Amino acid sequence: MGKITLHGVRKSFGATDVIPGIDLTIENGEFVVFVGPSGCGKSTLLRLIAGLEDTSGGTIAIDGVDATDLPPAKRRLAMVFQSYALYPHMSVRKNIMFPLKMAGMEIGEATKRADAAAKVLNLTDYMERKPGQLSGGQRQRVAIGRAIVREPAAFLFDEPLSNLDAALRVNMRQEITELHQSLKTTMIYVTHDQVEAMTMADKIVVLNAGNIEQVGSPLELYNAPVNTFVAGFIGSPKMNLIGGAEAAKHGAATIGIRPEHLDVVQSGGWKGVVGLSEHLGSDTFLKVATDDVGIINVRAGGEVVLRHGDTVHLAPQPGKIHRFGADGKSLA
Amino acid sequence: MARSITPQRKMFNTALAWGIGLVIFFPILWTILTSFKSEADAIAFPPKFLFFDWTLENYSVVQDRSNYMRFLWNSVIIAGGSTLLGVIIAVPAAWSMAFVPSKWTKDILMWMLSTKMLPAVGVLYPMYLIFIKLGLLDTRTGLVIVLMLINLPIIVWMLYTYFKEIPGEILEAARMDGASLKAEILYVLTPMAIPGIASTILLNIILAWNESFWTLNLTAAKAAPLTAFIASYSSPEGLFYAKLSAASTMAIAPILIMGWFSQKQLVRGLTFGAVK
Repeated sequence: MGKITLHGVRKSFGATDVIPGIDLTIENGEFVVFVGPSGCGKSTLLRLIAGLEDTSGGTIAIDGVDATDLPPAKRRLAMVFQSYALYPHMSVRKNIMFPLKMAGMEIGEATKRADAAAKVLNLTDYMERKPGQLSGGQRQRVAIGRAIVREPAAFLFDEPLSNLDAALRVNMRQEITELHQSLKTTMIYVTHDQVEAMTMADKIVVLNAGNIEQVGSPLELYNAPVNTFVAGFIGSPKMNLIGGAEAAKHGAATIGIRPEHLDVVQSGGWKGVVGLSEHLGSDTFLKVATDDVGIINVRAGGEVVLRHGDTVHLAPQPGKIHRFGADGKSLA
Repeated sequence: MARSITPQRKMFNTALAWGIGLVIFFPILWTILTSFKSEADAIAFPPKFLFFDWTLENYSVVQDRSNYMRFLWNSVIIAGGSTLLGVIIAVPAAWSMAFVPSKWTKDILMWMLSTKMLPAVGVLYPMYLIFIKLGLLDTRTGLVIVLMLINLPIIVWMLYTYFKEIPGEILEAARMDGASLKAEILYVLTPMAIPGIASTILLNIILAWNESFWTLNLTAAKAAPLTAFIASYSSPEGLFYAKLSAASTMAIAPILIMGWFSQKQLVRGLTFGAVK
């Protein structure tokens, strides 16, 4: 079991409110991703749940039991850190067995569990090595191994893939998702990378300045962002946010249109000149300086051949325009 | 690009370094040489450098006149004991300063270090009276305590610098893994800080071994370490340079040999944190 309930959780450092007050329920078995820009409080929130930071107010319950004042070790949570945080003087085996040793588990049983975890994570051949002799991906796997042997109520991941190179990051991302599918244990994952959030999460929590902006499934956030912040943060390339007369035509203070929802047409629409054209093969990313609505990002098909200086006409796909009021909130 | 050095320049630098090294080492070398001279050769002018009648007589006289082993044993107990006690106290102190600092931590560290700036003689009288009252005068226990107190700021400061280098996330990981504070210090922090703790211990043994102010003033016959052993040869009836040198050589030999074998560790300890 691993249901985590936050009620009015606050954190302040001195006079600064990092988290002014958060209510959130994470259901048992869910994969929840906290996402937001640097300094939005997502790591702090994770550390509050872990017990590595004390709350300034509110309560944290794990499976209905108040855990607000429990030390980290008593919360039945396991954490994987960005820096891996392996014990450099211990072998891989000893690293993985450390939490079991601390729990006072009998050595035979602990060894059996460590071996099983190593098998799942393809670490069997590296059990006697020290962390210094492993690659980044292997180290991260050891950190995950150390977390899974405990059979915790929930896993906490604090930007675990940030130190890996791009290719490895995609691999590890898939491995973690598969791990979640097989273990079915609650996972809370912190990242600033919205691609990770979109691909891994059952539920995304978008944070900004310590506040929750929106909670929902990846597609809910993509299709129906509640405000301009979420609209601009979720999706890559970023949604185009347009104000002024063009927005007024739609009865809104701001309208949003995703780059992939703009068609390159022969005539009509917004006229503009291509500033930057990035050909990725499958897609072409265009940055177009238009006369009416300023700079617009466009995601066109790979077959579109446009170069710097070409004139284009852009037409938003019908029904794909998001409308926002003067307060930034969605007008639905 | 690396700076290029001409062979001449390199030779000059090497010669200069050797020269400086010899100047620093010369007093010790001269003491050792003098310990093998007769008293007449020891005070001869012009001084005799290598060409004199080498003799071991001074060593046998020193050994006959005083019990070297007793002084040595006192030195070992006082230096080792004070360092061990200091480290036991300093590890948790440095841990809390490095990993759960308060806004006073820096001030406390500075204040601890500032006690080293006080001239020892300033507190000799009160210390002497306290020692008499507590019955610690001329006891090894008393010296272990006083030398531990004197070196504690340095031990705490050095360990603090080492601990600061250990990533806090590793200790947090240990906490998440269910380690108690004791387990965290014992199984995670200490093994990672062993090189730092080792050089701290080495340096403090050397400091305690060479400490002479308190060891001379607070001991008489029973607890006197090797510093008192040397001092006993500068007698009021006149200086016996050769015997004094033999006594000095015997007193510094153990620590010199230890320092020689552990110089790599020591240099690392002394320059730690200077470059990163």
